[in-house]
This record gives sequence, structure tokens and C-alpha cells, in this order.
Amino acid sequence: MTKFTINGRAVTVDVEGDTPLLWVIRDDIGLTGTKFGCGIGMCGACTIHVGGRATRSCITPVAAVEGAEVTTIEGLDPAGAHPVQQAWRELQVPQCGYCQSGQIMQAAAMLKDFPSPSDEDIDAVMNGSLCRCMTYVRIRAAIKQAAAVVARKS
Amino acid sequence: MKRVLIGIAVVGVLGLAGFGALAWKPAIAPITPPAPSNFPPDLVARGEILASAGYCGECHTAKGGQPYAGGYPMVTPFGTIYSTNITPDPRTGIGAWSEAAFRRAMQDGVARDGSHLLPAFPFDHFTKLSDADVSSLYAYFMTRPAVDAPAQQNTIPFPFNIRALQAGWKLLFFRSGRYDPQPAQSAQWNRGAYLAESISHCGACHTPRNLMGAEKRSRSFAGAAIDNWIAPPLDNSNPSPAPWDKDELFAYLRTGVSRFHGSAAGPMAPVIHGLSKLPDADIEAIAVYFADVDGATNRPAMDPAAIRQVLAGDRLRAGLQYDPATRLYTAACASCHYNGADKINPLRPELTLNTAVHLDDPTNLIQVILNGIDAKDGAVGVVMPAFRHFGDADIARIAAYLRATRTSKASWPDLEKKVATIRQQRSSQE
Repeated sequence: MTKFTINGRAVTVDVEGDTPLLWVIRDDIGLTGTKFGCGIGMCGACTIHVGGRATRSCITPVAAVEGAEVTTIEGLDPAGAHPVQQAWRELQVPQCGYCQSGQIMQAAAMLKDFPSPSDEDIDAVMNGSLCRCMTYVRIRAAIKQAAAVVARKS
Repeated sequence: MKRVLIGIAVVGVLGLAGFGALAWKPAIAPITPPAPSNFPPDLVARGEILASAGYCGECHTAKGGQPYAGGYPMVTPFGTIYSTNITPDPRTGIGAWSEAAFRRAMQDGVARDGSHLLPAFPFDHFTKLSDADVSSLYAYFMTRPAVDAPAQQNTIPFPFNIRALQAGWKLLFFRSGRYDPQPAQSAQWNRGAYLAESISHCGACHTPRNLMGAEKRSRSFAGAAIDNWIAPPLDNSNPSPAPWDKDELFAYLRTGVSRFHGSAAGPMAPVIHGLSKLPDADIEAIAVYFADVDGATNRPAMDPAAIRQVLAGDRLRAGLQYDPATRLYTAACASCHYNGADKINPLRPELTLNTAVHLDDPTNLIQVILNGIDAKDGAVGVVMPAFRHFGDADIARIAAYLRATRTSKASWPDLEKKVATIRQQRSSQE
């Protein structure tokens, strides 16, 4: 039994402790916005937040999040209007879209640590989030736009 | 000739008799467990804090078992020792133990029935506890729910299983006696030293042991291997680039993470949980004590210039991705561990400063890469995932890369083999 909260809701799951959190999120809790990419923490498609930190859910054993606060793309903003999501829409970042929930979760967490990220900050932090459609140029532009929006609001 | 032989025989018999007299300890009469209401609540409350700061439940509770009912296996070079039931059950626990019997166990390592306790129970530290603190602990344990849980058989081979021989071990390595305050030091230092050396028994892991399993007093806090991890040196041989000064020690012991050193993981994680019941003043006292033990004031502080230098190194390497090791690190690790701003975020653990990267032995770094850190440990609420899906070669590559780029120390030999060994230890534990 593992207890944690997901998108503000308390859940208890009865699975083996070493089950990947990603499987629990998709198959047991039924939130399919988080995607399975490589399964070994090398592509970033499964990125979620644990305690507000971007975390690869495919290599996080569910037992590791006992008592923690998990946020998925469905819970990033109740209206889907997080500044990163807005910038993503305005700049039409996604192409096929498969990696994008992971990209957005990584970018949203990044902006808390780097409120006005330089290109090299973005490259360093976003490097583990792969996009086979090569939307990297728009991803970088959208992160900068979101950062500017956040800065204006605060 | 005959007289010589008689002489030897006499000396032998006298020696044995002397040892027998020394080894023999009387049983202390059993009691009927006093009702919990006999113990004042404030005494019990003080005992609860001390029991937490001594991590009693870590060893005296089996995985998934009742608190303090024993049965936790401790694997030692001499065999497996199972912890015993310290709930107040009169038959299988310590319910029949008077306070005098409990005190003798804590301070002299002798059970109520007169048998010698094995030094897996750190009575060599608890002997330094004040009588008042032992009374509080007694009050706490005698007011826990009694659990019927008989002791499990240890797997200690002959002759180490002869309890009387423990008297010889004690004669050689054990000095009974309360904490001896150092008049030249402040009250705060002495408070920290008292807690660290008695109830919290820091030396039990951080001081190397001799072949007989006793702590080497001449090498106090010099660091040691324990439970497939390394307990780093707490003296001035600690290899961290940043000094473990009072502030960083306090942050680490209070919150489980120091921005200049890293997170508590492995066997250190329960230590942070245990210390959590101590008030800030006690944690500060322990920090003052260890900042003195490790000579923090004699080392260059992490001033803003030193921090800038560390971070510049981070940024410099972020873009170089043609080398396979760098590419692996950038994809797998940098999204969390990269620090680009002008300060170090403790939740983006800075590996240039991390103790595990600077130790002579790569064990701790490999353990954390393989197994991650749970949300309840280290920096509470956040997770380091477990990279055990990587092959031995890739984990070795990341470790070697960090060692080469983040330190100026000698490379670690046989890394891949080491990764395989640690992976194996983990799966045999499960």
C-alpha cells in the first residue's frame, strides 16, 4: 500500500512498491496525459512533479513517493492555463505532441528555479527532454515567453 | 620441573577463577511490570525524545513488525544477530526488568538475567548516558504496548556465541562510565558531545572498528564502511570541498540536506528522522561539537567567489555533448543537478560539492544512482529516481565522469565491478 496525493487528491494504491510510478498514474489512477517514452529515464516524456520538482516517473518506484505530493499535466493548472501551457498554445509548439506533457512539466518546474533562464540554462535543464519532431526552437521560445509573462505578473 | 608445572596450573586456575568472577553477573530479581500510570507523563515524554534520538526503533523493530518488538536482523562479520523485544511484555520483553536492571543493560551491557549483551547493542555509547536520561528511557519503554514476541536465534558461530566471553571483550574494549564534561569547552559543545557520544551513538557507524568489532578509540570519527554504505569521516579528514561548519551541519541534521554537501541517504536517512524530535537547541549543540571535531574553522569557507567558481564549471560543461559520458550525464542527470544561477539551490544538489563524489570509495554515489532517494528521506517531499535500469557500464561511466570533471582526485578503480557488487547486495537483501 502506498499513499500519496496526486493533483491535490489523496490516493492509496495497492501495488508492489517497486512498480514504476508512471504505470500507477496511467493504469491504476487513469491519468493518461503522462506518456511512456523510453522507460529508463533518458527521454523525459514521463516527467511529472514530485514535491514541485520535475521527476521522471518511469524510473521512480511508487514506494518512493509515499506521503509526497505528485502533480501531473492534468493538475498543473485547473484550467490548463499555466503560463507555460499558454505560451505553448500561442507559439504552437507541439508537432506530433507525444513528448509535450513531459516538456511542459519540465519547463514549468524550471521556471521556478530559473525565473529568467538564459539559452544555456534552457539547454542544460531541457536536455533530458527529447522531441523527435525537433520542436526545440519553439520550445526554447515558448519558455522565454512564459518566463516573461510570469515576470510581468509578479 | 614439577614445581613449574604446578605453578602454571595454579596461575591458570586462578586466572580462570578471576575471569569467572569478572564474567559472572548476578541476575536481578524479576518484577511485575508497573502500571503505565506509575510513570509521570513528562518523564515518558523526555524518554520518547531520547528513544527517537537513539533510533531505538530502527534496530528493535522488524520490517513490518510491531514497534520495539525486536526481530530485526543485523548482519555482522560474526554472523546475524536479531534484535530483541524491548516492549514491557513480562515473558518475551523487558516487562520483568526493574529500573536497576534496565540501567545495568544500558550502562554496562548486562541483561536482567546476568548474561552479557552483545556489542551490536551500543552499550559502549549508552554507558555515557546520565542516570536521569536512562530513567526517562525506562519510563518510555515501560509505557509502550506490550508485545508477545520471543527472541529469534542468532546465527553467531562458536566461540563468539559464548556470552561469558563478552566479559573478555569488555575488559579489552569497554569502559563503563558517564559522559565526562570537558571544562575547557562551552556548555553547548558539551551538550552536543554528550548527545553525539551517548544516545545518538554517531561513532557506532562513523568510527572504524578493529577485528574484534570494537571502535578504534585512536581513530574516532575517521569514517567506516557500514551496511554496504560508507559513513564518511567526521574528523578533519572529511574530503568535502566545503567545510562542514556549524550552519551546514545544522541544516543537514535538521532538514536532511545541506546545499554544500548533499542529502542524507541510506543508513543516514533514519538518523535524520530520529533526530527530528530533538529541539533546535540540541541540534545546534551537535553541530557546534562536530564543527569542532572536523576543524571547520581551519578550512576556507564557501564564500560567494568560491560558489561562483563552482557554478562556472557547471555551465562550462553543460553544452559539451560530443563525448558519450557527458551526453549520458546531460540527458540523465543535468535536468535536476544543473545550477546556473549565482547561488546553489539545495534542491538541485550540486555534485561538484557533493561528499559522495569526493570520498575515496564510490559506494555512496553508486548506491544513490542505483536506488535513488525516497520522498521521506533526505530533502523531504522530493525524490531522486532509481537508475537501476542502466547497465553497470553506464552507471560506472556517470560515476567516473563526475569524479573526473567535478574533483581533482584520483579516479576510482574497477568501477563497473563495484556497481555489479552493490547491485547484487541490494537484490540479495530483498
